[in-house]
Amino acid sequence: MEFKYGDKIATREAYGKVLAELGAEHDFVVLDADLAEATKTVYFKKAFPDRFFDCGIAESNMIGIAAGLAAAGKPVFASSFAMFAAGRAFEQIRNSVAYPHLNVKIAATHAGITVGEDGATHQCLEDLALMRVIPGMTVVNPSDAVEAAAALKAALETDGPFYLRFGRYAVPVIHNPDGYRFELGKGELLRDGKDATVVATGMMVSLALEAAEKLAAENISVRVVNIHTIKPIDADIISAAARETGAIVTAEEHNIIGGLGSAVAEAVAECCPVPVLRVGVEDTFGRSGKVPPLLEMYGLTADNIADKVRKAIALK
Amino acid sequence: MNNEKKLDIGMLRRNAATIRLGIIEATHAAASGHPGGSLSIADIMSYLYFYKMNVSPENPKDENRDRFVLSKGHAAPALYATLALKGYFPFETLKTLRQADSILQGHPDLKKIPGVDMTTGSLGQGISAACGMALAAKLDNKDNRVYCIVGDGECEEGEVWEAAMFAARYGLDNLCIVVDWNGLQIDGAITDIVNPAPFDAKFDAFGFNVISINAHDFDEIDYAFTTAENTKGKPTVIIAKSVKGKGVSFMENQVKWHGSAPNAEQYAVAVEEIKAQM
Repeated sequence: MEFKYGDKIATREAYGKVLAELGAEHDFVVLDADLAEATKTVYFKKAFPDRFFDCGIAESNMIGIAAGLAAAGKPVFASSFAMFAAGRAFEQIRNSVAYPHLNVKIAATHAGITVGEDGATHQCLEDLALMRVIPGMTVVNPSDAVEAAAALKAALETDGPFYLRFGRYAVPVIHNPDGYRFELGKGELLRDGKDATVVATGMMVSLALEAAEKLAAENISVRVVNIHTIKPIDADIISAAARETGAIVTAEEHNIIGGLGSAVAEAVAECCPVPVLRVGVEDTFGRSGKVPPLLEMYGLTADNIADKVRKAIALK
Repeated sequence: MNNEKKLDIGMLRRNAATIRLGIIEATHAAASGHPGGSLSIADIMSYLYFYKMNVSPENPKDENRDRFVLSKGHAAPALYATLALKGYFPFETLKTLRQADSILQGHPDLKKIPGVDMTTGSLGQGISAACGMALAAKLDNKDNRVYCIVGDGECEEGEVWEAAMFAARYGLDNLCIVVDWNGLQIDGAITDIVNPAPFDAKFDAFGFNVISINAHDFDEIDYAFTTAENTKGKPTVIIAKSVKGKGVSFMENQVKWHGSAPNAEQYAVAVEEIKAQM
């Protein structure tokens, strides 16, 4: 599957398409919980019906099934919405998957506020926090289709439990697929700068680039770092940003508590304390609506990132 | 291959008594643990590991081995005593149960303990994993079987029934669930809490082949597991009516022995009673 720079495509779509492609070369099983059309595991289901199992609306059991398959040596992807994977099945992930360190890949879609119209019950803003706190869990939140495809391959090639976070909403492809290289656990320097750094993850990365462009017009030079691997976090690229630019703003489609903002603040506090301001959903629940007005309402915008950068610089 | 083996009930009884001895040794040494629900499954553990299951301590990770999942993970002392007797680790190790430098965790741990096929302890989760293992065997066209013991009180967990639906939907006839129906849970009689019974009618409605037996009668145990093996197209559940604390007179049918360990005096009486069964 080729994705073109500048196209708009949801990371769940990239997940589903690439999963089906990988199914031709690798012997793994895919589980879903009655959401195959939405999570896009439907492409795998159609291509490899013998290796696809719908567990019904029973996410806790689905994670347990995945654990059993993995314990018997079968690599497995288990998909549902982030709310029901990381949320409802948290304890199954913790006790049946992560504690025995089994090779289960949890591929959660519909993360964050960009779920849109379904509203707060389906807009998971806590999954990065929930998954990040589990020992041995690798947590990846791709920013676009190119990165989603690469993250999926990396997960398949790496033993152990993974949480992969995908979105429902079409977002721009910000990586040029030609010569693109994905490194698990490594942050990506997308734009260099000296006055402050925006450390962003997921769909907020493209908005961080927009914010940097806006601020350049004001002669503020902003570094942009993409953190696709929330855990293990790349402390080196973050501490370099803290030392070299002296102020950090984080940006994530998640509660400002527990996710990227917290991970970055922890890393910075332990190496080289500088101001860290967080853009994200400010400890509240989402609501129904179309995505653009929701992003405005919850401050998930390039303007808000730019504003936070000015404030962070003022704190230096 | 099992058909060629001779059912030696005398040996199975002696091994069950040794397993019970191990349970008492371990929980007494630990001064904590769950003897009641461990003693109730000792006979079935003896049958599974010393007659039915194709497992070997020389090759504990053999891909073609039968699998055992103790979904009621708090009965770990029964599993550990069985594994020790089978030769996975020394019987003496049982006395290290629950100690900070021991391999023997309070609940089964597949990473730390040789012979443990699945990490369990959080109720309701082991049965799902057992379904996954049975599915894996089907996918690989292997003829190994998966055995899983769930507690009667554990059936109050919704996940047990999610797993039951899955097992029936995908025709996991290589899966055999055992419900250890000892009638007691921590807070009292299961009928007084939220009463998960009747188990037979419920599992029948969920699409299982249902066999009800006395959990302490080896002829009935053998009949049930043999029937399970010969049942195709659907999973089997064995509803095993048991006595909590079985084999130690003062522990039998007493809810207080769900989660407390014998003191020195009680230990001496229990050991004497169990040795008389050997």
